[in-house]
Amino acid sequence: MKPEYVAITEVLADSKAVVREWLVEVSGATGSNRASSSTDAIIAEAGEIARAVHDGLRAEGDVGAFEGAAWERLRGVLESLSRSRAAQGATAGETSGFLLSFKRPLFARLQQHLANEPPMLVASLWAVSSLVDKMAQFTLEVYQRSREDIIKRQQDELLELSTPVIKLWDGVLAVPMIGTLDSGRTQLVMESLLQRIVDTGSELAIIDITGVPAVDTLVAQHLLKTVTAIRLMGADCIISGIRPQIAQTIVHLGIDLQGITTKATLADALSVALKRTGYTVTRTTAA
Amino acid sequence: MTRIPILQMGDCLLVTIQVDLQDRAAVSLQDDLANKIESSGARSVLIDISALEIVDSFIGRMLAGISGIARVLDAATVVVGMQPAVAITLVELGLSLHGVRTALNVERGMRLLRLAGEERALDPDA
Repeated sequence: MKPEYVAITEVLADSKAVVREWLVEVSGATGSNRASSSTDAIIAEAGEIARAVHDGLRAEGDVGAFEGAAWERLRGVLESLSRSRAAQGATAGETSGFLLSFKRPLFARLQQHLANEPPMLVASLWAVSSLVDKMAQFTLEVYQRSREDIIKRQQDELLELSTPVIKLWDGVLAVPMIGTLDSGRTQLVMESLLQRIVDTGSELAIIDITGVPAVDTLVAQHLLKTVTAIRLMGADCIISGIRPQIAQTIVHLGIDLQGITTKATLADALSVALKRTGYTVTRTTAA
Repeated sequence: MTRIPILQMGDCLLVTIQVDLQDRAAVSLQDDLANKIESSGARSVLIDISALEIVDSFIGRMLAGISGIARVLDAATVVVGMQPAVAITLVELGLSLHGVRTALNVERGMRLLRLAGEERALDPDA
């Protein structure tokens, strides 16, 4: 163990007292009564962290190498702290602020302990300061990582939710596209639509783009690819739900939709589809 | 090397690809089909690729070539039963089989060919 760590472990040996001072510091800094509401849980968490720091230093942990094996337990404790705090709705700043306020009691105790050895005091303070900084940084990273996991899971869910293939009529399928069309979405839509065409033997597919906020050349290219693939399979495709603004953009961009049946609304597309499949719809009562 | 058989039914030629198409089999199929159309005077060709699950750029090009040749020899060509994965691959490769008719299954393909034959019978230029 490096000489400047010895003093830190000695200070931390009385973990109960340090934790008490730490929590006073926390409630003073935040001014909230969050600390008092679940004091027992927080005391347990803080005590665990203090002991993990102590054990990490005893296990020859190096403050400069926080990724090392000696800090494994501390990392585990901090990870669960960060996750549980995030689940309780605490911000990343609050969690790291909680850890950073650990410095004050440690500094005060080190100052008492090493009052007669200024050079050793400076080295110890530096070590403690950088260790606590690293701990706070680590909780931020964990917080961010768990947030990114959530975002990714939601993206996947969105992808699955937004691409249903609907059987509209015997031999007619419809896909209401909602949201921006990127290549990943197009691929997914294309695959599920083509598979449904094979499964149901449908000869007509209607792609409704009412829910697509904007059509640029890339989106149009994706649409054209889908249409071509549907045709290769031996079915035909109608694009419906082209809003006036989108029609203008398509023409201004010079996108060539020739040879593709386009309709303004899904109802128009359905009536074309019924005509092609040989159905007529008649009203049985007078309007 | 397995050869793809070409069956004749009336004035229609049937090509059913039931195995994964090897490159050399595809080349010989192209030759065989061209010769067969010429010798039999067939007016229509139906190519069933429902068992074909994997295409690469070469096979994709051969498919486009085979159907193109049949068309040039004045036989109405219909490609039936393309699998979704194959369709997506062909689109990504930029092979849209322009001018080739497609159908979902053999039955619909035959109907398409019959309609094409009737149209041709009505057309005095043909």
